[in-house]
This record gives sequence, structure tokens and C-alpha cells, in this order.
Amino acid sequence: MKHRIKPATRKSFITYAIMIAAFIFVEILVSTGNASNMFQGLLVPFCVYSISAAALNLTVGILGELSLGQAGFMCIGAYSSAIFSVCTKDTITQAWIRFPIAMLIGGIFAALFGVLIGIPVLRLRGDYLAIVTLAFGEIIKNVFAALYVGYDSNGLHFSLTSQGDLNLAPDGKMLINGALGISGTPKDSTFVIGFIVLMISLVILYNFTNSRTGRAVMSVRDNRIAAESIGLNITKYKLITFGLTAFLGGVAGALFSHNLSALQASKFDYNLSILILVFVVLGGIGNIRGSVIAAIVLTYIPEALRKAGSNLTNYRMLIYSIILIIMMIFTSNAKIRGFFTASFMRLKGIVFKNKSAVKEGE
Amino acid sequence: MALLEVKKLGISFGGLRAVDDFSMTIEKGELYGLIGPNGAGKTTIFNMLTGVYKPTDGSIWLDGKNITGKSTTEINKSGIARTFQNIRLFSKLSVLDNVKAGLTNRYTYSTATGIFRLPKFFRTEREMTEKAIELLKPFELDGDADLLASNLPYGKQRKLEIARALATGPKLLLLDEPAAGMNPRETAGLMNTILTVRDDFGVTVLLIEHDMSLVSGICEKLSVLNFGQLLCEGKTGDVLRNPEVIKAYLGE
Ligand SMILES: Nc1ncnc2c1ncn2[C@@H]1O[C@H](COP(=O)(O)OP(=O)(O)OP(=O)(O)O)[C@@H](O)[C@H]1O
Ligand SMILES: [Mg+2]
Repeated sequence: MKHRIKPATRKSFITYAIMIAAFIFVEILVSTGNASNMFQGLLVPFCVYSISAAALNLTVGILGELSLGQAGFMCIGAYSSAIFSVCTKDTITQAWIRFPIAMLIGGIFAALFGVLIGIPVLRLRGDYLAIVTLAFGEIIKNVFAALYVGYDSNGLHFSLTSQGDLNLAPDGKMLINGALGISGTPKDSTFVIGFIVLMISLVILYNFTNSRTGRAVMSVRDNRIAAESIGLNITKYKLITFGLTAFLGGVAGALFSHNLSALQASKFDYNLSILILVFVVLGGIGNIRGSVIAAIVLTYIPEALRKAGSNLTNYRMLIYSIILIIMMIFTSNAKIRGFFTASFMRLKGIVFKNKSAVKEGE
Repeated sequence: MALLEVKKLGISFGGLRAVDDFSMTIEKGELYGLIGPNGAGKTTIFNMLTGVYKPTDGSIWLDGKNITGKSTTEINKSGIARTFQNIRLFSKLSVLDNVKAGLTNRYTYSTATGIFRLPKFFRTEREMTEKAIELLKPFELDGDADLLASNLPYGKQRKLEIARALATGPKLLLLDEPAAGMNPRETAGLMNTILTVRDDFGVTVLLIEHDMSLVSGICEKLSVLNFGQLLCEGKTGDVLRNPEVIKAYLGE
């Protein structure tokens, strides 16, 4: 009976091993001085986008619902955690205590909003979630871009018009300055912390998928009517999944905001949501490891092209698009994928014994 | 008290009266057949019994409890499980996981227990796997436990649907054309399985079937539906000899 649990477990442990190996490799590169500044600057964004994409894959791949608002959840996580850190950086001086709390706050606020919009929308059948999350992401971005928050000895002050309207006391400090965003966030994000959070996120996602709840969620995805007929509460499972996606999106946002000393809401626009979705699609829908790899590769390529030299720099977006198309063909065409899988299998000397064995989460 | 009591059930789709004034009583432990020509409204009755459609008229009582108008999820929890005429499996899950999905409400641990892999997770999952294998055995599917459900041959997919339905621990099992697409030998095997399942799991069975060898072979009682209305009901032998029934099946 023991061998039955194996395929899914093996898959998750291979992912953990790849991640740890990559981490060690990068640490060696950095400590031996072989990593460019550009590359080092990308290390935290790698973690941010990986976490966000892997989390989105839970909703898109495991639940089978399209969400176009992942940037909105990242935005909520980024702002709420940054406000917390700015307010408490004088009282909680140790980053290793403050930052985890900040990330948790970012995640919880994002999850709260996820559940709030999920309750009415996930009851509906069809692609309503895509439409609503698209609008939600844009609204969140615009609200934060228009928001002025400050605090003084009297507490927090809010305004949606201008800094002057806050009526701050002389000892007051600005927290959010409208479109200029938030500044003075402690730079708590490091690659090591980002990596640890990524690993924890992956463990959460894999364990969730390979559990009673995950099985129920995939049942809902595969056949809603059959899932109801075996007594599954569709709305409940959709909400849990969507909430977890939002939570980890918020955590990624927190990691993001603590990597920049100044953060504007305009960063969390529609393009970012689409970019994260592209990572999910190209990495393979339902394939969590693929999301991480796609997020890293597709974050690195444009930056590398930008730095590569004048010629390539001009054609940067062209090359990037071609790479996207090639990846799409490779990942979506069953024949091409089958060819590579088959060659790979032959290479390993594995004959098609497990051809139809279950591929977890796919 | 009867296990299932259906009183004057009716439903309209726009102008079409798909089922009208349909009543039926099924006693605990019975193997009951619902037959009738194509389009008579048999599947529609199953859909009303399981809450997929809300009846326009009449009421449904399970074990003395009124379940009319309840949701599919609630009705399954009160004890009705079903299979579908057009097979509805969780195609990207393994055979084993299809059955384990059916066990979701009977073997529980919290989502957090699953994420943090607490001891209860391992214990409950092991129990679920054991129970699922036990449910697959009468259908000779335990050897295919690791296959994807969509990779099973047609006949086995139908059997897997029955195993998944049984996993929810129903009092009443509804089978919509369980022998469709099976050859005579497979059908004979299925008849034995249905009898075994009824006895071993203590369920009451209501089935829709066009295959008369199966109907006359295992059903104790029948209701015949024609154009949405009850044509006749009673002991299988009597019903099948009824000239009205023969006429409905062979046409005028
Ligand atoms: N959702 C619906 N909307 C409109 N008409 C419907 C709907 N469901 C069923 N019908 C109609 O109700 C009638 C009965 O259909 P039903 O599927 O119950 O027949 P059946 O007895 O199961 O037939 P078969 O033996 O072919 O499966 C048909 O005329 C069908 O077109
Ligand atoms: Mg039918």
C-alpha cells in the first residue's frame, strides 16, 4: 500500500531538491564573486514571482478557475505589510521578528480580500471570476494610488484627496503618499529569506494538493456535477483554494515591498497579473514546479537581454516574444512534448511501464 | 416505513411536461427497476431525486424525511448516491483517488492537518486508502488503482462510478443505465456485482436500464414510464407481461 503515495510525494521532493541545489549554486556564485550586480538584484524578484505564480497555479491548475487579479493581492500584501513595518520599525528593531509578522499580515489581508470577493463570485458558474478579479486588481491599484495615510500621536489619518487633508500634527509622519506610494520600508527582504519563504510556500502548495482537501478541489475541477453528487460543498472548496492563492500572493507582495525603499501602486497593474498568469501557463497548468521555473527563466531573460549589449538590447522585446512562443509550443503541443519525454525516458532506460500512471496535479 | 417515497412528482421545461404525476415507493433492501422508452423522463426523475433539477410539483421523502428541493450535496449527505448515464468521472484523478474523493465526508481531517502533515493526516489517509481498495475489489478494479480514471476502458469506468457512489455510504443507490455499452458477458458479470453490492453493503438499489436481460434478471419490482407518466408498476414478471408495456416498447 505504501507505494501508492509515492508518485506525488516523489514529485514534490524532486522539486524541493532542485530548489535547494539551485539555492546552493547561486550562493556559491555570489560568494565567489561570479554573480553580476544585475543577477544579484534579481534574486529577490525571482522568489517573489515564483511564489506568486505557484500560488496562482493553485487556482488556475488545481481548481480550474481563471483569476486575472494576482497583482491586486500582491498589492494588498505589499502595502499592508509595509505599513506595519514602517510603523513598528522603531519599536520592533529586530528584522527577524518584524518581517515574518509583516509577511503574515500581508498574507492575511490579501486572503481576507480574496475570500470577500470570492464569496459572491465563486457561487456563480462560468468565467465570472476572471472578470471580477480583473476589475478588482485595477480597483485596488487605483485606490492605493490615490490613498494618503499618515500617523501622529493621535493615531492614523486617511485621505483620498491630498496630503494636506490629513491634518497631521507636527510630529506626524507620512505612510502612503498617494501615487508616490510608500517609502521608508525597511529593506528586510534578502535572498535567503525569499528562498525560505518560497520553500515554505511550495511545501504548503504540494501538501494542500496531496491531501483530502486538494483531492476534493480537483474533483470539483474535473466534474462539478459529479462532485456535488458525492456530497462535496463546491463553494467551500473553491473559497479555500482561492483564499490560499490570495494569501501566498500577499506574502509575495510583502517580500516585494520590503525589497524596495520606495514602492508605487502602479507596479501592481494589469500587466503584472498577466505576467504571472503567463508564468503559470508556460510552466504548465497544474504543474507547480513548472510555474517556479518559468517565473525565474522569464524574469531573467528580459533583464539579461537588456544588459547584453546594444544590438540585443534593441531587439530585447522581440527576442523575448519569440522565446515565449517557442516555450508555448513546447509546453502545449502534446506531440512535441511526447517526443522529448519519450527520448528522455529511453535515455533513462525506463520502458513505458508507468505510461499511464498518475501525474500528480496535472 | 418505505425507504423512498415519491409523491406526485412533476417537472416542466418551458412548455414540455417531462415528468407528470409520478409516484413510487421503494422498500429498504429492494432492487427496483425504472424502465421506459427513450425520452420517457427516467433520467429526469433521477435528476429530481438527487437535487440536480428542482421539481415543479410533488415531494420526495427519504427515510421519512422530506428532501424535496434540497441541494445535490445535502441529498447525498442524507443518503442518496448515483451514477450518470454519460459517465462523469474525475478524469485526471487516479482510480483510487476517484473513490477516495467519495470518502471525503466520511473520513475527515482539517485542511491545516493536511498542510502541516500532522499524524492524523497519515492515519486517516491510510484508512481511506484501505477502504477505497475494499470498495474497488467487488468491481475487480483494485488492480487498476493507480491508473488515471480516463485511461480505463468504458465498462470499467461505469463500474468505477458505482464504487465512487458507494464510497459515500448511501442508503439508496441510483444507477443510470449501468450496462450501457457492455457486451452480454460483461453485463452478466455486472448483474452479479450489483446483487453482491446490494447484499454486502446493505444498500437499496434503483436502476434505469434498457437491457431487458439485466432488468428481468435482477430487478424485483419495476415502474414503467412512458411520456413522463407512470404506465404501470409491480413485480417484474407481471409488469413485463403487461400488454400495455409491450405496446409502449414495440410501438403501435
Ligand atoms: N434540462 C432540460 N431542458 C429541457 N428539456 C429537458 C431537460 N432535461 C430533459 N429534458 C427533456 O425531458 C425528456 C426526458 O428526458 P430524459 O433524459 O429524462 O429521458 P430518458 O428517459 O432518460 O431517456 P433515455 O432512455 O434516452 O436516456 C426529453 O424530452 C428531454 O429532451
Ligand atoms: Mg436517460
